[in-house]
Formats: sequence, C-alpha cells, structure tokens
Amino acid sequence: MKGHKKALALWIAAILLLLAGALLAGSPGREETVQQAMRDAVLHDINQIALFGGKTVNPGLISAFLVTAVLLIAAVLIRVFAVPRFQYRPGKLQLLLEEAVGLFDRMARSNSPHRSGFLGAYIFAAGAFIFVGTLFELLGLQAVTVHGHPVTLPAPLSDVNAAIALGTLSYLVILSGGIAANGIKGVGKTLKEFSLPISMSFRLFGALLSGLLVTELVYYYVNLSFVLPVIVGVLFTLLHALIQTYVLTMLTALYFGEVSEPSPKKPKKNSRARNT
Amino acid sequence: MPFPLNIDPQQILLHWMNLAILTGGLYFLLYKPVKQFMAKREEHYRELEQQAEDKLAQADRIHTEYKAKLEGADEEIRQARAKAQQSLQQSAQEQLDQAQAQARQIVAHAQADAERAREQAMRDSQQELRRLAEEATRRLALRQDPFDQFLDLAEGGKRNESR
Repeated sequence: MKGHKKALALWIAAILLLLAGALLAGSPGREETVQQAMRDAVLHDINQIALFGGKTVNPGLISAFLVTAVLLIAAVLIRVFAVPRFQYRPGKLQLLLEEAVGLFDRMARSNSPHRSGFLGAYIFAAGAFIFVGTLFELLGLQAVTVHGHPVTLPAPLSDVNAAIALGTLSYLVILSGGIAANGIKGVGKTLKEFSLPISMSFRLFGALLSGLLVTELVYYYVNLSFVLPVIVGVLFTLLHALIQTYVLTMLTALYFGEVSEPSPKKPKKNSRARNT
Repeated sequence: MPFPLNIDPQQILLHWMNLAILTGGLYFLLYKPVKQFMAKREEHYRELEQQAEDKLAQADRIHTEYKAKLEGADEEIRQARAKAQQSLQQSAQEQLDQAQAQARQIVAHAQADAERAREQAMRDSQQELRRLAEEATRRLALRQDPFDQFLDLAEGGKRNESR
C-alpha cells in the first residue's frame, strides 16, 4: 500500500515537472505564422517534396504512395501467410478480412444487383485507401521539403489533388458501369449527374481538410497540446476515416447501381399501332 | 495558366495511377482470394445441406416404402390367415367327409356282415332243423310204431299218476 502511494506521487510529480518544463521552455521561433501554416495545409504550395528527387509534389501524394505501399505489402503478406491457412471455421484475422471483403461485396450487390463484380473490387480498394489513408496522419511520419524543412505527412485526401483524383475516378467507374450496362444511354444517365465528381471530390477534401486544420491548429499552440490531441487527433480521425469511407463507397455503389440498371425496352411503334 | 487551389493535373494523374495500382493489387491479392474462399466455403456448406436434404429425402422415401411394405405385410398376413383358415376348414371338411364315408362304409360292411351272419344262422338253423327232423324221423321210423309208442307213453303216464 505504501509502495503504491509512493509510485503515484512519483508519477504525478513527473507529470507536473514535464508540464512546467514545457511551459517554461516555450517553443523556438517559428518560421511560419499560423496563417501560413493553415494556408499551406490547404494549398500545399510551400512545403512541397521532390518526388524521387525530381518533380516537386504535394506531401499528400507521397502519403498516397506510402499508403498504397503499406496496403499492398500487407496484402502480399496476408496472401502469402494467411489466406492459404484459411479454415472453414474462421479465426480472428480471417474473420476480419472476410468481414471487410464481405462488407464491400454486399454493398456492391445490394446497390447494384445487375452488375457488381468490378464495383465490389473498386469500392473495396477505395474504402481501404480512404480508411487507411485517413488513419495514416496519426502516424505523424516526417518528410523533408524542398526547402529542407521537416514536414509531417498529412492524410492523402487532405490534398485537393488526391480528393479530385478519387472523386473523378469514382465518377469514371460509375460511367464505365453505365456504358457496360446501357451503352450510350448509360453515358447519358451518368452525365445527368455531372455534379457528382465535384461533390464527391470536395466532400472528401473538405472533410479531411477540416480534420487536418483542427489538428494543425491544436498542435500549433503548445498550450493546447495536452489531452486535447487525444480527442481531436485520434477520435476525430477515426470518425472521419469511418464516415468518409462509408460515404464515398456508398455513393459510388448507389450511383453505379442506378446507371447500370437495364433500361426498360420501349414497345415498338408497329406493335403499339397493332395494340391500339 | 495555373489552376486555382494548387490543383495539378499531373499529380491528379499520379494519384489515378496510384489508385489503379492499389485497386488491381488489392483485387488480385486480397479481394479475389478471400471471395473465392468464401464462395468455396459457401459451396461446401451448400453441398452439406444438399447432402443432408438428400439423406432426409431418402430416409423419408425409405420410411414411406417400409410403411407401405408394412401395410402390404398386414394385408398379406390377413390374406395368409384367411387362406390358412380356409385351408384348415377345407382340410377339416375333407377329414369329416372322409370319416363319414369311412363310417358309412363300416356301417355298410357291418350291415352286410350282419346280414350274412343272419342268413348263415338261418341256413344253419334250417339245416339243423332239417337234420333234427330227419333224425327224429329216422329214429321214429326205426324204433316202433308211433301209435304204440304213443300208447306206451300214455300208459306210462297213467301209472305215474296212480302212484
């Protein structure tokens, strides 16, 4: 009992000491103001990174490549080590994988019953990318900008280019479903939803960016760096990851199902004439 | 002219490439194998279910067959019993008829024997009578005149009375 009390007192003392140290030490002079940090978080026009030492790109693109690499490596490992050991009575990992695949497969089947093979694969990949990509910012991986400053790699979709790419790609997938099912009519059906790529892109960008801005703001001021990041950094990010994954995959599946639904055949004029 | 919001078509294309690689990779490495396994398991359980249904149907069929056989067996038993009873009755009747015929035969034989015995007895008695008559006649003829004999007998009788 006495030992417990001593440990508790030591723990509290350490926390207070660290707090006092952090407050007294202050932060070194920042090279950018909060306005600049916010602007850069939105536009990524200052802290750019050289891709393979060549073209300068937004950090979001590097994040996207890293997320893809992580996902593909994980997929390879799972394919090599886990999938061959699958049992009819699934274990925990198998259950998780089956549930993930089954979730997107069911979503594709239920929203697009006529044509769901490719859609399932696409929304599975898109969902995995959004979910893992959003959680990626929690890792706080650092990269060096072209100016030689360190920068924390953001979520890929907080880059407008990534959001536009995913939104337009989803639109193209929907368009391909329309063409495959209804030909030219499918194109017409898809083009009716011309606002879809914009809304999808900027919904993703806005949602991810808002999270990023809040996090940036919180981390910018040292006084806000206690306890609060646990809520805004982790919980909001988790929530974002789930919501945005669900929203984009659901919308894609829904519109894909709508445009790939076979059009009812119009009765021919001759037969109409005969009927009348 | 640069795009607003730092939109860069080249980076968008790079993102597209990245997403295409990811989609293809995840499809071949994860989505397809897991789906195939799930389909295989579903097929396995469907087969098990089908087998169970088949066995159930077979059991039902066997049950119906045996039930029918049992009903047939009951009918067969009833028929066999009726046949056995009929056969028994027929056999009993035959035996009865045989016994009656035998009895009639015995009676007829007995009657014939009795008749023969009676005729034999009649014949014997007639012969005996004839023999006796002949004997008597012969005796009478050989001994004396019957009238005298009669008289002797008569006298003999009177003497006896007087004594």
